[in-house]
Amino acid sequence: MPVNETTTEAIRVMTICNACRYCEGHCAVFPAMERQTEFTQNNIELLSNLCHQCGACYQHCQYADPHEFNVNVPAVFEQARLESYTQFLWPAFMQPAVLNGSKFMVTSLLVSISLFLVAVAGQSGVSQILAPQVNFYNLMPHSVMASIFSFSAVVVVISWWMTLRGYWHSISLPSPWSIGMASYSAAIASALTLKNLDGGHGSGCYESGESPSLWKRRYHHLVLIGFFMCFSATLAGTFYHYGLNIAAPYSWLTPPKILGVTGGIMLLVGCTGLFRIKQTTDQRLVSNDNGYGMSLTVLLFLTSLTGLGLPIAKGTGALGLLLAVHLGCVLALFLNFAWGKFTHGFFRLIALVADEHQKTQ
Amino acid sequence: MTSLAHFDVIVLGGGQAGLTAAITAAENGATVCILEIAPRALRGGNTRHTRNLRPMHESGAFPMEGAYGFDEYLDDLLRVTGGDTDHALAELTIRESEHSITWLQDHGVAFQPPLSGTLQLGRTNAFFLGGGKALVNSLYRVATNLGVHTIYEATDIALNISGDRFIDLTYQQVNNTHHISGHSLVAAAGGFEANLDWLEEAWGPAARNFLVRGTPYNKGNILRQLLDAKFKQVGDPGQCHAVAIDGRAPAYDGGIVSRVDSVPLGIVVNNEGKRFFDEGEDFWPKRYAIWGRLIAAQADQIGYAITDAKADGLFMPTVLPPLKSTTIDDLARQINIPADSLLKTIDEFNAATVSGSFDHQALDGCRTEGLPINKSHWARQIDTPPYSAYPLRPGITFTYLGVAVDDRARVQVEGGNPSENIFAAGEMMAGNILGRGYLAGIGMTIGSVFGRIAGREAARHAS
Repeated sequence: MPVNETTTEAIRVMTICNACRYCEGHCAVFPAMERQTEFTQNNIELLSNLCHQCGACYQHCQYADPHEFNVNVPAVFEQARLESYTQFLWPAFMQPAVLNGSKFMVTSLLVSISLFLVAVAGQSGVSQILAPQVNFYNLMPHSVMASIFSFSAVVVVISWWMTLRGYWHSISLPSPWSIGMASYSAAIASALTLKNLDGGHGSGCYESGESPSLWKRRYHHLVLIGFFMCFSATLAGTFYHYGLNIAAPYSWLTPPKILGVTGGIMLLVGCTGLFRIKQTTDQRLVSNDNGYGMSLTVLLFLTSLTGLGLPIAKGTGALGLLLAVHLGCVLALFLNFAWGKFTHGFFRLIALVADEHQKTQ
Repeated sequence: MTSLAHFDVIVLGGGQAGLTAAITAAENGATVCILEIAPRALRGGNTRHTRNLRPMHESGAFPMEGAYGFDEYLDDLLRVTGGDTDHALAELTIRESEHSITWLQDHGVAFQPPLSGTLQLGRTNAFFLGGGKALVNSLYRVATNLGVHTIYEATDIALNISGDRFIDLTYQQVNNTHHISGHSLVAAAGGFEANLDWLEEAWGPAARNFLVRGTPYNKGNILRQLLDAKFKQVGDPGQCHAVAIDGRAPAYDGGIVSRVDSVPLGIVVNNEGKRFFDEGEDFWPKRYAIWGRLIAAQADQIGYAITDAKADGLFMPTVLPPLKSTTIDDLARQINIPADSLLKTIDEFNAATVSGSFDHQALDGCRTEGLPINKSHWARQIDTPPYSAYPLRPGITFTYLGVAVDDRARVQVEGGNPSENIFAAGEMMAGNILGRGYLAGIGMTIGSVFGRIAGREAARHAS
């Protein structure tokens, strides 16, 4: 089977690593590498998605540049991951969204925000858009909001299903039902704890240089937990609306508000931290992804910022604009869920499941 | 020439021994400077290619298993050196090795369980998580935090020694000559294994066909100056530790991945197509160290490890694939040795194998009988294509020649007394303890122990 340039380089590097094995203790990649009898496109798709880009193996590599072997696992695996995100993306015509991450993000933001501005203006009247408002639903009826996002959610879920199905088969995983519960739970535990960002010694990763740091892991945890809290806030709000028949806005001490505000603040802090880490990252470890990686962080940050601004803007003339911008961010985030960096979580989780499953074979 | 700088302790060489000495001296209050010949990215000497050391331990505490006590350790050392060791220093090294893991952990070095493919080393050897370069990075980080000044690409170091005393030195950096002085000097600049001219003195022209497994920077410049200054030498100048490695490996710095572990699973022939030693004498980890010398003794310093399809997958994967063919005839052509001779060797070998139950993880009963050179274990007929061949060359790892030291790491003057301010650690003095032979992880152990002693004594002298 012909393989492309990235896979060829990944196979070259893995062949050297498999003869060395000094990095065996750093993360899941190297023990998984040792289980392969040969390196192929398919197991590079698995190994590259097991890599969490912690950089330990690069900083500790006796064969890294300027050695003539020029081994750089994190950089080639990042490229390989990007290719797997592209290759399996459904529908295929959305693949340019991966290759041009920044452009896709900016375009989806502009289109989504415009859409909601038009909708808000249509609902309240152009002249009233800057009038002081207290109630969202005067600006945009709940039913419209719910319809737009329900439809988007369905598109997202179908897209995930199709995309991840392709990946699942490609890395030779058997039917999901034939994989033991223990493999799933171990994989989920690794994903939730970000075990593979601890360096193998618990001191963290090396993306910014030779000293290990736990900050990337911590910031990522803040983002992940913040995201789940905001998601729970939405579920709680839905329950209040349909179950309890209580319409928004909710007061500060209700579950939707507590979860949303806390989660939003965690997202702001976590995303800021991840931006900072991006700035200090050793450039030798990364390959150019045209903004694909950062697009999710930007969207989460903007969504939280505008969301936290809403209660503050209540009763002012800014509420209409801010609501349109916030909903635009959320819609752009939904597009990212389907066709942006958000899918990395699923790819990694499936790779971890495959890794745990292989261990049992 | 730039102005004179002064330090309490000057350390020559920034591998484990030098770093340990520098850190220990700094922790004892000394101002310290390390002169490292390599650029920053290639710093650390051969420590960069190492992966473990060998500590004495009774507890089996992580990362060790079981116990490896003083007596057993000393027995092992006496066995491999054939007694060619300074007993007092050997005992000191073994006793002090008990503290090496803790010392390294306290200085940021992480350990891990034994790597896969390392036979039965979990009890005797402690593996660095991420390998030797991770250790080097940690120790440099600690040294920097302690205020140790490291100068990279410090070449052409010229020592000014008066009698047995170090006075000062000059070095070159980017075509500038610099001049520094120090109260104490710690020499930890490794052996001369990367100096083919020097090796040729001992090995003759054969040395030109050696591959240097480690750093290209160990030219022995400092060792030569100390010996020229009439400090007492130890270790056989004509000996080096050489293993059989892939003949296609880089001339320098190939490191661990240049290994070829297929030898015990097949036969090894020279370029006349003839076998020359028992390939199955013992487990490969116990025998690879003699094969460098065996191949160095063959014409053109080359050998070929030949296996058939039955051996595939039974040994550690290699970076470069073997030369392969479905016929012996064609394989011989590929490696450019006489086909009729290779066929004859294999026919005779096949005919001499006695049937037994093959087990590559045990000393099995598969052997040959009636050959001038029999194979003791793992002898199976070479009859299943495709056949594989790996070219083998001697890969030199370290040299034994060094300067004699006492139990305070002070270098010894010919005839007795120690220098008051010149200390040595690491490969430069390892010959005191490992006069010959090989014991996995002993080099790093000596570097760790004598690095600490030299650092402590150098700082004490400077204060």
